[in-house]
Amino acid sequence: MKQAHIALTVNGEAIEVAFDSYKTLLEVLREDLNLCGTKHGCELGECGACAVLLDGQPVLSCLVLGVECADRHVTTVEGLAADGRLHPLQETFADLGAAQCGYCTPAFLVTAKALLDEHPNPTRDQIREALSGVLCRCTGYQQIFEAVEAAIPTATSEAESLRSRPRESEAAGASGGGAPREIKE
Amino acid sequence: MKIIGTPRRRVDARAKVTGQTRFADDIMLPRMLHCKLLRSSVPHARLVRVDTARALAHRGVHLVLTGKDFPVPYGILPVSQDEHALAVDRVRFVGDPVAAVIARDEATAVEALDLIDVEYEPLRTFSNPDDSLAHDEPRIHDYGDGGNIHKAVSLGFGDVEQAFADADLVFEDTFFYQGNTHLPIEQHAAVAAKDPDGKLVLWSSTQTPHYVHRALAKTLDLPAAHIRVIATPNGGGFGGKSDPFNHELVVCKAAWLLDRPVKICLTREEVFYCHRGRHPVLMRFKTGVKRDGTITGVHLKTVLDGGAYGSYGVASTFYTGALQTVTYHIPTYHFQGCRVFTNKPPCGPKRGHGTPQSRFGQEIQLDKIAEKLQLDPAQYRLRIVEQPETLTANYLHVGTIGLSECIRRIVRTSDWTNKFRKLPRGRGVGLACSSYLSGAGLPIYYNDMPHSGVQLKLDRSGGVTAFCGATEIGQGSDDVLVACVAEVLGIDPHDIRPVTGDTDLTPVDLGSYSSRVTLMMGNAAIQAAERARDLLSEAVSRKLEISKDRLVFAERRVFDAEDPAKGVAFKDAVCLAEAMFGTLGTVGSYTPPRSAARYKGGGVGPSPTYSYSAAIVEVEVDPSTGWIQVPRVWIAHDIGRALNPTLVRGQVEGGVYMGLGEALMEEQEFRRLPPRLSRALVHKFPSMLEYKSPTTLDMPEVFTELVENPDPRGPFGAKEVGQGPLLPIMPAVANAVYDAIGVRIDEVPITPEKIVKALQAQAAGKTPRFGPTHFPDVPWPETLNVPPPWEGGDGKATPEAESLRSRPRDSAAVRGERGWGPARIKK
Repeated sequence: MKQAHIALTVNGEAIEVAFDSYKTLLEVLREDLNLCGTKHGCELGECGACAVLLDGQPVLSCLVLGVECADRHVTTVEGLAADGRLHPLQETFADLGAAQCGYCTPAFLVTAKALLDEHPNPTRDQIREALSGVLCRCTGYQQIFEAVEAAIPTATSEAESLRSRPRESEAAGASGGGAPREIKE
Repeated sequence: MKIIGTPRRRVDARAKVTGQTRFADDIMLPRMLHCKLLRSSVPHARLVRVDTARALAHRGVHLVLTGKDFPVPYGILPVSQDEHALAVDRVRFVGDPVAAVIARDEATAVEALDLIDVEYEPLRTFSNPDDSLAHDEPRIHDYGDGGNIHKAVSLGFGDVEQAFADADLVFEDTFFYQGNTHLPIEQHAAVAAKDPDGKLVLWSSTQTPHYVHRALAKTLDLPAAHIRVIATPNGGGFGGKSDPFNHELVVCKAAWLLDRPVKICLTREEVFYCHRGRHPVLMRFKTGVKRDGTITGVHLKTVLDGGAYGSYGVASTFYTGALQTVTYHIPTYHFQGCRVFTNKPPCGPKRGHGTPQSRFGQEIQLDKIAEKLQLDPAQYRLRIVEQPETLTANYLHVGTIGLSECIRRIVRTSDWTNKFRKLPRGRGVGLACSSYLSGAGLPIYYNDMPHSGVQLKLDRSGGVTAFCGATEIGQGSDDVLVACVAEVLGIDPHDIRPVTGDTDLTPVDLGSYSSRVTLMMGNAAIQAAERARDLLSEAVSRKLEISKDRLVFAERRVFDAEDPAKGVAFKDAVCLAEAMFGTLGTVGSYTPPRSAARYKGGGVGPSPTYSYSAAIVEVEVDPSTGWIQVPRVWIAHDIGRALNPTLVRGQVEGGVYMGLGEALMEEQEFRRLPPRLSRALVHKFPSMLEYKSPTTLDMPEVFTELVENPDPRGPFGAKEVGQGPLLPIMPAVANAVYDAIGVRIDEVPITPEKIVKALQAQAAGKTPRFGPTHFPDVPWPETLNVPPPWEGGDGKATPEAESLRSRPRDSAAVRGERGWGPARIKK
């Protein structure tokens, strides 16, 4: 099998990777880079579960060949948290029930990140539109919409109060597990 | 209570939002090989020859398995042991696994599949129940209730014929509920390995590791104690991962023979063919009512298209008739159900298991009755809701009922009275109700052991680990487990480590099905936690020199209720107890109460308690195109008590979503290939693009109300929420369509073309309806008569098992009848 060898940036890290040249970006991420946070539900571009950001834009990684990604920037769910802190979307998804089984969650997170990066204050309809390529069988989407809205930087007071809760890195308590309930010792 | 009832981040949320939840296909082991299955390309045939020589010789192939390697049959129900991991001498549907290749990678395995030579001797193919009822031969299976009938039952509770004679009006309606599938976003996957000690380990996306464990011990002829099944978190289940599956047995056998890890991940197309989803059901409801709407009796007949194997089908058959009486008071009831085999992927349990179909029919019929009697459908239901703490005609013990409150809430929040029959043409509202089990009262195989066990380990670190066999399928069972323990011990849920779904490490829990986990595991967890609290109380009371009953466990402390400053940290309490008692551990168990139903078939339906839901759906229908949209749904669910309201609301909204998919678009439909391509029965659209499911753009606003009326049988009063809220959606949509444009669509999915057909009938002055009219002639068995409680019955069938005019078998009678199932759309 002919091997491809490319250089690219994954989650901010410049890397080189060699892989069988027929492989999709999805396969390269999961099998050659051990980034299993990106999921698959059909490998035909139908379910959206494999969405990642390619140069900041959401793409279905099952429809992108690995060799197309030379010198490009890929962001996966593993790249959302920074400086030991979860991304605001990760916090709101966790707090508001937007992740049930969690299988489609990485795709929703990166797609929502791309939306918020481009439109810092989207309407509910813009959120629906932006996320419409990803299927979720668990939630009925409503808690996903709410989580995206709660992560909007200029959002309502409800979202503000949510974000003012202790973040994971500073959460009180022995668990350090990001418990939203504050427990005083 | 601090934790119970407070909306919280679930305990496993961080793993899910960081992509670190390890699903089965995320497991990569050194030296791992890959498996692919060769599946039958014909729907029904004798296997003449399976030649694997060329495949085995292919470079990179390590092993090829066939039916010869799996002589022992299995199946989820003891009465339906009709499956083999790989076909032995017969294939029964397109997709039935015939052989397996284990190779160095997936691509090599796929290449080798093409090198397996299979010779089939085709047999007559049965595509629908009419076919199967009309022809006894060839039999798809050599067991069942004769010919191609898998199961036929007839249960009588009181004299329904007399009830119809006593009624002022008798309604008779026929409905069809199309099959549909679970469509979990995660494809089924499994990895098997022999551990360093020579024991077998299976990681699998299964909802029922305990039953898979049993199936493996049986089919592989290994001691169960040498097999470990680990249920990885499921990327969605909905019932579709509740059977032991061919691929699980195959990778175990392969790993055992090769002493190397073996993985399989099914393609999406294979997931459609694995199915085990909603049975297509044709049903006929005959209901007698008094002028005031009081029901005098119901006679329900159902025919289920079971597909090629038994699966949960016997239970599914009974479930189509079990819960009618739990929702409304029905003094006399006659239920007849028949499941037939066909050469299609096997049907099984999908969210609501067998009950959504007849719920659909009953709730539409009630809408028709209400209209005829000039009653408001909401007020009418309030009149006939079953009484709490009663025994129904079929001996189901009903606990708390919050249904009336559910109805009142949605009537208020939706502004029902100003909308029903008052919106302009093209817009309408519809209402429907439902009930569901909070856990099956009986296990799949008969035994006297607990249905759920929880074990707690506490040590001087202050750490608590909770072990339970329950399976996290996204519903939040890990969170329920730790929440129950945390509440009792006064610590934070995130302080507790859940270890679940691992047959080596965790006490048995029967699995994530029948909405049983919260109630059963929750009660076991509370018992284990209370026992741990007793140990800690003993030690702390001695240390503080105060009586145990003054101690409070809260905020990670154990302290004096009368002097909160006086106390110790939870961690110190554990140290004191460890010093006093030695190593700390407790267990808890839960076994459901014994059912009052003592008749054959009474094992399906009993539950410790039942949940209730009511929903109002608003629709907009374009009378020219039939295009239908759902802008809003109001739903109230009687949860007993919401342990974590965030999760409960997610289950309700997820149920509404899935219900709308079933109501409007989802169809597991099959077609025949042309004769030159073998006339095989294949799935019409085994892809996520063509099998339509609701997207973010289709989902309406959902207004959820939780009705909390704690049930003493539930943990902290909780009842189920995973399945019930789906049930009222489909009939509520149908009733709303009628309100909008005056046509009845008596089958799902309710598609624009069906609406247009019904509108054309309306315009032509015919019955403004689309739906089935005929019901096949089924050779029903003799009716088992069980006098209801109010006729002095004791839950047993009458000794003479008197017949309600059972008909002799005459299969010729149904020949030449119109096609079974959905009403046909003539183009």
